[in-house]
Amino acid sequence: MDGDARGLTASVPQSPSLATDESRPAESAAPPMHGGDARRRLVNLFLYIAFPGAVLIAWQILASAGLYRRAILPPPSDIAVVLVDLVFGGSEAAGRYSASWLDHSLNSVWRVFAGFAWGGGLGTLLGLLIGLSRVVEKLFDPTVQVLRNVPVTAWVPLSLIFFGIGNQPAIFLIGLGAFFPAVLNSTHGVRQLNRTLYKAGQMMGANQREMLVRVILPAALPAVMTGLRLSMGIAWVLVVVAEILAVRSGLGYLLNDAYQFYRNDVVIAAMLSIGVLGFLSDRVVLLVRDRLLEWNRLESFDG
Amino acid sequence: MAEVTLRQVGKVFEARGGRVTALTGVDLAVRENEFVAIVGASGCGKSTLLNLVAGFEHATSGAVLVGGTPVKRPGPDRGVVFQQSALFPWLTVRQNIAFGLDLAANKARKPRGPGVDAIIERVGLSRFAHHYPSQLSGGMRQRAAIAGVLVIDPGVLLMDEPFGALDALTRSLMQDFLLELWEENRKTVLLVTHDITEAAYLADRLVVMAGHPGRVREIVNVDLPRPRRYALQAAPEFVRLRDHVTRLVRDEAAKAAAAESAAA
Repeated sequence: MDGDARGLTASVPQSPSLATDESRPAESAAPPMHGGDARRRLVNLFLYIAFPGAVLIAWQILASAGLYRRAILPPPSDIAVVLVDLVFGGSEAAGRYSASWLDHSLNSVWRVFAGFAWGGGLGTLLGLLIGLSRVVEKLFDPTVQVLRNVPVTAWVPLSLIFFGIGNQPAIFLIGLGAFFPAVLNSTHGVRQLNRTLYKAGQMMGANQREMLVRVILPAALPAVMTGLRLSMGIAWVLVVVAEILAVRSGLGYLLNDAYQFYRNDVVIAAMLSIGVLGFLSDRVVLLVRDRLLEWNRLESFDG
Repeated sequence: MAEVTLRQVGKVFEARGGRVTALTGVDLAVRENEFVAIVGASGCGKSTLLNLVAGFEHATSGAVLVGGTPVKRPGPDRGVVFQQSALFPWLTVRQNIAFGLDLAANKARKPRGPGVDAIIERVGLSRFAHHYPSQLSGGMRQRAAIAGVLVIDPGVLLMDEPFGALDALTRSLMQDFLLELWEENRKTVLLVTHDITEAAYLADRLVVMAGHPGRVREIVNVDLPRPRRYALQAAPEFVRLRDHVTRLVRDEAAKAAAAESAAA
């Protein structure tokens, strides 16, 4: 009876289209693009940096050519100097913003994670309940479906009236943005449960609690994590909006304040910081996802 | 104990376009430790019949009894092997096979089946115990699914086209494997299949069904000696039996097609 197992190890997938074949042997399930040799790695590195590198070089040349006032779009070299002063201080290149980066960044990161925690958490919980219960669905789903079409920025006036200026409206807005993708995706996660798996659980004798904990929730987890990833992305969008409008610290505030003082170099440095921190936050969610969903990674090219 | 009895069983589905009678007047008595295969053209209600015994569906009329008790809901006394193996993709092979044992219902019931490791060994998946289902071939997945059912020690094994999704060679190997397992550890088996050779090779009796509405056309005894080996499939008495059943099934399928085109 080892026949099919042994026969399998002979058929190594040669291309991505073959690797999805169900006869794919476990041992040779390496992702198709990750060749080992140094030359290959060098080529990959070049591919990764080619586009951003070209943009930076073109930008540097254009900005240095004197076609327009340097302050409008400073060259990358100026921005690098400003960024260093912004982070570490010392050169006064960032003027009144010198060495303020850590403080602003921590404020933003804290707000993002606070909003993400309440919005993503509550959204996931409600989404799972909507998926599990027809009563909860009838109670909440219509409201969710209407409110999710209201852009979160439209909540700015009300949240300022309710909460005043400060952290509260910021965290409220960020959480509201994180809430909706979490609801929709976790509901979807419960609904897309494979009928055969449910029947298998029933047949094995699972009671309701076991069915929920051991079948329905694990099956919903990939979709839940997709929702949380989107929530994290939206949280970074909204932290900037909130810090421009509702609070006097954070990278969004830095960006807007520098704009008022015509410091475009600081504006761009703040934008880059937001990009990098947003990217790192996404990596955190992905890391958690991959820890929880090793099995899911094996089924796709994502790994 | 673990005999399966159907008495005048009928099943009507309420569909949007009206009522569809899937089964009518089905009488069937499967003895303890008997291997019975249900064959018939698609749409003859054979899967519905299995779902009634499994408890996934409820009979509209008549009685479905397992071990003398009416079937009310699915449960671990009736293990089901599905066509698409119902392995949980987030559990390893070993965790999948052990799944049933950890459930409260089975802890109370104390299954006397072979241990998890013994059965993994028996189905030849020791090397793959820590692999995920997506890393297995179709045949290996089906062996894991069978192991996961045997480990909870059901009195009755219900199989719905268990090898239908496998290639012909793997299917033939899986049939021998199932025969070996069954001869080692006899259980009451109800196998639904459209493969008449498979049915005749494995079963003690064949239930030939007719469709529209689904009913039992004929019950054929398979008087072939056990243990059975692959060579049996070339024996004249096997071929005669298979041809007889094939003719029955074809007749019914042709009648159903004629009735359909007359209605259209």
